Amino acid sequence: MTVTATHTDRLRPLLRRLTGDEKHAPSAHSTLDVIWVLYDRVLRITPETVDDPGRDRFLLSKGHGPAAYYAVLAAKGFIPESALDDLGGWDSPLGHHPDRVRIPGVEIGTGSLGHGLGLAVGTALGLRAQGFTTARTFVLVGDAELDEGSNHEAIAYAGATRLPLTAIVIDNQSSTHGWPGGIAARFVGWDVTFADGHDHDELEFALTRPHAGPNLVIATVEKKGS
Amino acid sequence: MRQTFIDTTTQLLADDPRTALVLADISAEPFEPARRRHPDRVLNVGIREQLMTGVAGGLALTGMRPYVHTYAPFLIDRAYEQVKLDLGHQDVGAVLVSIGGSYDAAAEGYTHQSPGDVALLDTLDGWTVHVPGHRDEVPALLRAAARHDDRVYVRLGVQENARAHPDSDRLTVIRSGGPLVVAVGPMLDPVLEATRGLDVTVAYTHTPRPLDAEGLRAMTEHAVVMVEPYLAGTSAAAVSAALAGLPHRALHLGVGRAEVRRYGTWRDHARQHGLDAAGLRASISAFL
Repeated sequence: MTVTATHTDRLRPLLRRLTGDEKHAPSAHSTLDVIWVLYDRVLRITPETVDDPGRDRFLLSKGHGPAAYYAVLAAKGFIPESALDDLGGWDSPLGHHPDRVRIPGVEIGTGSLGHGLGLAVGTALGLRAQGFTTARTFVLVGDAELDEGSNHEAIAYAGATRLPLTAIVIDNQSSTHGWPGGIAARFVGWDVTFADGHDHDELEFALTRPHAGPNLVIATVEKKGS
Repeated sequence: MRQTFIDTTTQLLADDPRTALVLADISAEPFEPARRRHPDRVLNVGIREQLMTGVAGGLALTGMRPYVHTYAPFLIDRAYEQVKLDLGHQDVGAVLVSIGGSYDAAAEGYTHQSPGDVALLDTLDGWTVHVPGHRDEVPALLRAAARHDDRVYVRLGVQENARAHPDSDRLTVIRSGGPLVVAVGPMLDPVLEATRGLDVTVAYTHTPRPLDAEGLRAMTEHAVVMVEPYLAGTSAAAVSAALAGLPHRALHLGVGRAEVRRYGTWRDHARQHGLDAAGLRASISAFL
């Protein structure tokens, strides 16, 4: 494990502002380390380039529990830290599910599960068709979110057409019936890398590995509720 | 109309690099020449209508203008949440082009029919709906949709009027007289035949959304009959809003809700729903 004190120290007070939760460490947020590594080490996007057509795209499909996302966006200057204080409030741009129209740098509005992968496939196709060859597309889904059938339309199409994009599945074993045979077996035609969902170096390696086709990173974290 | 759509869209793909076409197997074969010329912009995702609309949303998010095409029941009914969220909620647009609305696919049965497509889109914000009544009305509607990023639905039918009225995005008076009868798209010819000898005004539009409220208000004198080729009463709320404060009677004719468990042709179903000339004449005469 190479969890550094740096990001924890920086994000902990931001998360506390969002949740009012004094007890839980940031590691309780299953997506926190992945999103941090993306914005800190991987994505070519800054608050100044949120409208650059050739920017990297990060699509948070799993719109549930976006505290980690908001904390990272605040830490990286996309939104003011003061926005964290009124989560879900009438005057707040931050809802319990993110709205792209309200938050600079948020690529898609999500909440209803199973929409991000399809939008990511379209995004990757659109970038390719317009010649933005260096722009990469990342989409984060939860293992329980994979229950939604719409994901599997996107997974099968991207696998069959060797579409370059990276999907990250946060596996905290929250799918009610699980995935007998493993999650990776559902991603036929994809390159698969397993990573410790809290290990920043492992995550960085998996997320930046060059790949010609679809790339799956399964980021394993503690079982939900454990 | 379908061939006109194929020809026009093939040309649009050649003319405008922003244009993309997303298919779910339906009509893939006639678009094959276009796909070979523009493999990055003509995308057949297979029999995956949720993905088709998600892909359209993603393309639009990158600045492209997606045209999306399949049967109305799969384009609108099946992927309704993708239409709602992957387009509307993302604040992006697309041009959805359907065939097989209402009972055009009569012999295929109810699985391949969508009388409720326009009503479903009416639950969402910002959709322009075109229901061309003649194939020559189609090219201009498709080309105009390439020049902006709004949400557009083009409903292509097999039933056509004898003459095209390409400029009828607002209500166009076809015959002047007494109470107003509005015919949408392919309902014009049956309405003209049904009202022969009756003292009515017949107005036509191929664009029921947004409804020409100003025209409707100006033309309505106490009574209005709406004749639409989709679910009866789909425009009732829009007509009522347009005529708010004006005393009026209204009759809304269209496709009935009850499933007709018979096959046959669109003519058989039109007769069954009272949308042939004889049925329309009976309903309109009784109302007037």
